[in-house]
Amino acid sequence: MTIEQQLSALSSPAPSRVTAGVMLGTGLVDGCSVFDSPIGEVMVAFNPLGVSAVDLADDGAPGRFEATHGRPVVEARPPRGWDAAIRRAIDRGTPGTLRLDLRSVSEFQRSVLVEAAHIPRGQVRSYGWLADHVGNPGAVRAVGSTMARNPVPLIIPCHRVVRSDGRIGNYSLGGPHRKWELLEHEGIDPGWLEGLAARRVRFVGSDTTRVYCHPSCAHARRITATHRMEFRSADEALDRGFRPCASCMA
Amino acid sequence: MEELRRRLARDVDAAFPDLVAAVRDDLYGGLCRLHPREAEDLAQETLIRAYRALQGYEPAQIRTMNLRGWLWTIALNLGRNLARDRARRPQPVEFEDRHGVEDPELPDVEAWDARLSRLSSRQRRAVVLRHVVGLSYAEIAGVLGVPEGTARADVHRGLTRLRTIMEVER
Repeated sequence: MTIEQQLSALSSPAPSRVTAGVMLGTGLVDGCSVFDSPIGEVMVAFNPLGVSAVDLADDGAPGRFEATHGRPVVEARPPRGWDAAIRRAIDRGTPGTLRLDLRSVSEFQRSVLVEAAHIPRGQVRSYGWLADHVGNPGAVRAVGSTMARNPVPLIIPCHRVVRSDGRIGNYSLGGPHRKWELLEHEGIDPGWLEGLAARRVRFVGSDTTRVYCHPSCAHARRITATHRMEFRSADEALDRGFRPCASCMA
Repeated sequence: MEELRRRLARDVDAAFPDLVAAVRDDLYGGLCRLHPREAEDLAQETLIRAYRALQGYEPAQIRTMNLRGWLWTIALNLGRNLARDRARRPQPVEFEDRHGVEDPELPDVEAWDARLSRLSSRQRRAVVLRHVVGLSYAEIAGVLGVPEGTARADVHRGLTRLRTIMEVER
């Protein structure tokens, strides 16, 4: 063999990792891994911009991802350091330091999701409250459909957003019973909340502090039965000389 | 490549996977000879940078590009930066078990890497791009930023040097 022939025989095919790495690095394909969550295994999808999706880890998950995001998903390990951040975010039900890729939703929807991310663990807020907080009190229905389309449930805690009449309402990640499980996991009794809703109680207050709260507020849950007052609206509480809780009514 | 250029000019996202499939083996194979330990990372990084650059190019620009030469320009720049970075920090030494795998049909890669490492980096690049990767002299001249005659001379001198090295081995 001539030197030229020997040199040309030196070329070797690229390992498949190279192609996968390029497709992930360009964002033409998202990576995904399975993580544990309070409601079972979930598929978490990610790309260089951040986490793009959380879904139940069943056989249909990759297909649903492609239908929603317009690009495929391949099994991959998240970038270094993301693994722990994803676990923490799922565990605490808030993004924390984890970056999110919310390109799949509109700008309005993004603002709603960002606001929902701040609802504290173990508490719930209504679609109406969320609409108020994004400066669009009339957009209650739009807020509801944003929650239904939340690409990153568990991490953006849409399970903490309930119907404006106080009922728990629906849940995109596996139906309403999953929402109950998640709220119970966070120490809320959804049955108690639904009971209040059935009696049309929207706020509770303490006759010693004269402060009224959302029923799931940490302060509200400390009020003993003998001092607890119930209100059907904020106006009713205000008329009776109560002031809004600085923590949950802000 | 002609057809690929046209498709890239029309829709970078749709055609890019085919560009990757068309060039990855040449890119990786050549990088294995020039930067053996980082070939995989460099091949990946080159193609990711190429994708980002293509997104910003006008279709007319893409239609007239020499894709292979352009990719190698990116790859060699990244390789140079890597060598500079590596000089500033310690690198782990890798030990590999190379016992018992001998295929007479395959060229002895290690022996070739040892021979290639004795060429000047300029001759090594020219020889690898010409004979391992298969670029034309015009493409090599573009990649290395030298006149075509110089590229031809670098390849020629590199091969002569390799022949001398192999004579000595015998």
